[in-house]
Amino acid sequence: MGSIIADSTVLKSVVPETVSRKKVLKTKLHAEGISMVFNSDGNRVAVLEAIDLKVGEGEFVCVLGPSGCGKSTLLNIIAGFISPTCGQVRIDGDAVRGPDPRRIFVFQERGVFPWLTVEGNIGFGLFKLSKAERRERIAHYVKLVGLQGFEKAYPQELSGGMKQRLEVARALAVNPDVLFMDEPFGALDSITRLTMRGELLRIWRAERKTIVFVTHDIEESIQLADRVVVMSARPARIQRIVNIDISHPRDISSRRYLELRDGIFEQIGLAHKV
Amino acid sequence: MNSLVQPAKWEKYFWPLLAACTFLMLWHFLVKWSHTKIFPSPFNVERGMTELMHKGLLWQYVLDSLRRVASGYLMAAVLAIPLGLLLGWYPGAASVVDPVIQMVRPISPIAWIPLSIVWFGVGDRAATFLIFLASFFPIVVASTNGVRNVPSMYRRAGRNFGLSPVKLIARVIFPAALPQIMIGLRIAFGIAWLVVVAAEMIAVDSGLGYLVIDSRNSGKRYDLVVAAMILIGLTGLGLDVVFRRIEKLKSVRWGFQNES
Repeated sequence: MGSIIADSTVLKSVVPETVSRKKVLKTKLHAEGISMVFNSDGNRVAVLEAIDLKVGEGEFVCVLGPSGCGKSTLLNIIAGFISPTCGQVRIDGDAVRGPDPRRIFVFQERGVFPWLTVEGNIGFGLFKLSKAERRERIAHYVKLVGLQGFEKAYPQELSGGMKQRLEVARALAVNPDVLFMDEPFGALDSITRLTMRGELLRIWRAERKTIVFVTHDIEESIQLADRVVVMSARPARIQRIVNIDISHPRDISSRRYLELRDGIFEQIGLAHKV
Repeated sequence: MNSLVQPAKWEKYFWPLLAACTFLMLWHFLVKWSHTKIFPSPFNVERGMTELMHKGLLWQYVLDSLRRVASGYLMAAVLAIPLGLLLGWYPGAASVVDPVIQMVRPISPIAWIPLSIVWFGVGDRAATFLIFLASFFPIVVASTNGVRNVPSMYRRAGRNFGLSPVKLIARVIFPAALPQIMIGLRIAFGIAWLVVVAAEMIAVDSGLGYLVIDSRNSGKRYDLVVAAMILIGLTGLGLDVVFRRIEKLKSVRWGFQNES
């Protein structure tokens, strides 16, 4: 513990707090004092401890932490799938009481429905629209994620990357304000993962959603996010929030990028040597 | 022969055919050499079948058996699938009902014959009831397990898009559990086909089971007994092939839910 605190003082000199953010964003989502304790076999396991996080409208925030630290639990709480032991989440000022189609959770590629075609999956949440509107919306998102020609294909016939794009398209089709993404690219190979990040940023710029993205990949978080929320090991607390003050497209060999990366490596307590 | 070598097309049919011919010849000569007066030779059986065909009984009995299986089985499926879905959906309810189901399930449907005759009299309804019982439990159990094994991710995704519980069951839970339900349906069908023969021996006077017992009782016509057994086997085989075909349509299997 002591060493992490010492490191964070070192980090301060490396990563100056960019307090003067270019634009002040309207708060979209506010997690207030979230704590989570699980009961397993009579043991109380504290998973999250006093998490306080604000996410601005249209902001891309990555929650970064080691595997099993509870960052997925945090995302599930924010999405309304589980209720926290303490604290509450407010979105647009209203307390979250359950999942809502205005905020879609994107799982890893396995979340697409195997019994539906590409079209069927994208249209899944559109049951309130008329047939014509639905068809139009489906066509738009098929195109946005580049699945033209696969409209009638079943997920088994698609590659991992295509399934992941399908999952994103299904989420975007209901036009949500917020996307929650739980290590969405974790199951993909590293080359596909890289292309998918580019795709996601392109879509994010086009649709301007608020995105909360959970990952254990430091590089991924710096490539994608406006801000990276670095979590500690269990019970997870927010160790530090790092502003990524590099404009897109990001040069992943620029000095600033490497500086930020090294800073986070140190923050987590890893030397960036193999 | 190396297992990587594809067998020639004629071989695929030739060897099984040869085995069948060998079996028939063995049967024929064993009957001939043993000078048995009771056990029929393949030719006797073949003549028996022709006789049944001429009397118009062959197709009538096959169809009667199929009709009984179909009505009992379909009734079971219509009740058991929704019940299984509900039990899978509400684990609380399942834990209440489970002991009863698990206790009743191992009772052979044959053991229900006396009660079914008391309740429904000697006739079609008793036989149908037995087939219903035989099919009901495998389908309930498969449907319940099918729902339980639906990945929570699918449920969450469904809820996330704002589906009501009824819609969630219809659009997510049922299609996700369908592969397992189909397996239960096939197993239940196999059992139903076994049970119909027993039911027809006791409760009715038509069908393949009746043919077996009637041929023996009225004049010890063992040629007709064996003919009936062969018909039972062939029909069962044909139905199993149909079921496997349906299961094989894996990519199409999800096609029912395509309208959205």
